[in-house]
Amino acid sequence: MSKQLMKGNEALAEAALRAGCRFYSGYPITPQTEILEYLAKRMDEVGGTFVQTESELAGINMLLGAAAAGARALTSSAGPGFSLKQEGISYLVAADLPAVIIDVMRIGTGLGDIAQSQGDYWQLTRGGGHGDYHTIVLAPASVQENCDMMETAFDLAEKYRHPVLVASDAAIGQMVEAVELKEFKEHDINQYDWAIRGCKAGQEPRKIQNIYYTDPEYPEHLRAKYDAITATEQRWESYYAEDADVVLVAYGISSRISKEAVNMARAQGIKLGLIRPITLWPFPVKAFETCKNVKAFMTVEINILGQMVDDVKLAVDCKYPVGFCGTFFGLPEPDVIIEQALAMLEKEGK
Amino acid sequence: MKLKAPETVFSTAGFCPGCGHGLASRLIGEVTEELGIQEKTLAVVDVACCSFDIDYWRYDTIMSAHGRDIPTAVGVKHIRPENPVFAYLGDGAAYSIGMAETIHAALRNDNICVFVVNNSVFGMTGGQMAPTTLPHQKTATSPLGKDPARYGTLNVVDVLGKMDIAYLARGELVGAAGMNNCKKLIRKAFEKQLAGEGFSLVELLSPCPTNLNMPPVKARAHVHNEMTKFFPTGEFIDKGGKV
Repeated sequence: MSKQLMKGNEALAEAALRAGCRFYSGYPITPQTEILEYLAKRMDEVGGTFVQTESELAGINMLLGAAAAGARALTSSAGPGFSLKQEGISYLVAADLPAVIIDVMRIGTGLGDIAQSQGDYWQLTRGGGHGDYHTIVLAPASVQENCDMMETAFDLAEKYRHPVLVASDAAIGQMVEAVELKEFKEHDINQYDWAIRGCKAGQEPRKIQNIYYTDPEYPEHLRAKYDAITATEQRWESYYAEDADVVLVAYGISSRISKEAVNMARAQGIKLGLIRPITLWPFPVKAFETCKNVKAFMTVEINILGQMVDDVKLAVDCKYPVGFCGTFFGLPEPDVIIEQALAMLEKEGK
Repeated sequence: MKLKAPETVFSTAGFCPGCGHGLASRLIGEVTEELGIQEKTLAVVDVACCSFDIDYWRYDTIMSAHGRDIPTAVGVKHIRPENPVFAYLGDGAAYSIGMAETIHAALRNDNICVFVVNNSVFGMTGGQMAPTTLPHQKTATSPLGKDPARYGTLNVVDVLGKMDIAYLARGELVGAAGMNNCKKLIRKAFEKQLAGEGFSLVELLSPCPTNLNMPPVKARAHVHNEMTKFFPTGEFIDKGGKV
């Protein structure tokens, strides 16, 4: 198949359709609105359902109904809107329902603004809603990965009967790149027996509910599920990490700039490397075993507090210093990344 | 005449003595059986008292988040348009936390049935004030009586009465006549959905003896004599043209 130019957000939407998604319910908010606009037109063409709901709350709960009925269902949001989705995400987890929710991260707390950010890392990886849960979080770093990851997202959601979040950001959402799209895949709404469809006389009805009520084995069921995901689904990309003195840790748009920093540094004889988490949860702990020569790690993130630093410290059992190169307004600059990495190395006495 | 519980209602209800929920649940069960749609019907029930029905009805059922029953049911209906789908919720869910969801499903004329059990209080949490609490009615959060200057009393007909929906009606779950009427309204709502006419909302006035602090007989009289003053029974919108 030939390549075509696509905007990041539209690629997510088209890739969802090609993965068999036939239901979308959501609400406009910048910088994810292209997903909504694209599907408003395309969903009709593929015979699916698009609903612009009155709020994000209605959107996520309508998605829950569609998911319970067996559909591959999608919603998306950003910033304050993504906070409103948390109610439904918690309910999806509690009812063991698969669904895919996209967060096109925007800057700031409260209203914030519409520029790119990686400030939702904690919300994405720590549950985000009330209760005691994680969700699988996939972090694409290019428009091509937007195309490739939607099918993975739905597959994982169904494999574990669990919501999967896709963590994009305003930069990847708005950029245009050449992509190759996957072929269309059919999804059968009766594929799984748990999906509601009607109950014959004398049979046990299907119940989609908070399983705390019904299952005394619930805590074990949950632990087993999270253990299986943690053991099996860690995904990452390693880039010159094995012999690097300082290993950068970055995902999404920051990872692309970090890769550029690694290339620039290597050209100057500075041994920088990069670990790019592709799953933010489960965090790719296994990736860190390959760093044989490392003196220090440094996360590169678009936020103020260095939200991923703790996860890196845990991944390396606090045996190495973990620095943080952060920006708030604007993207990190490769030369600044190199400068800070060298400063860390200096501090560690090389 | 031989009395037989509908097959669809297969467990003994655990509602408080004198509560209207058991009656409403049974009427819905009877109607779906009489229409021959019980094996295809899909239910969405609210949390709290409504949620008990997930264990009483032989429908594939979702227990939704509080007040999000209607969008959840709409999501189901989009994926399974051949199945009758209804949402079953209380007045707090439909008219307080879920008011936006109620209005917008009506605005879209989504093809589902909504059954609202209006007992004028939040039942499961212990009888707090609701939008439907009558003026001066004492509740756990209006201990001196609801002050009408601060909190109004919401009649859903004032909100949805002029909207382009299939059906809007109200009955009282009191007495044989009231029960027969409620059943007729529930049946009509399902028929509208089967005919593809769109959104139906049937409000069922229900006694809540526990939270009204009344014995069942008195609670029923309260519904019949006091609640109906603010919430008159009848059919308010019928797209078929009869009202």
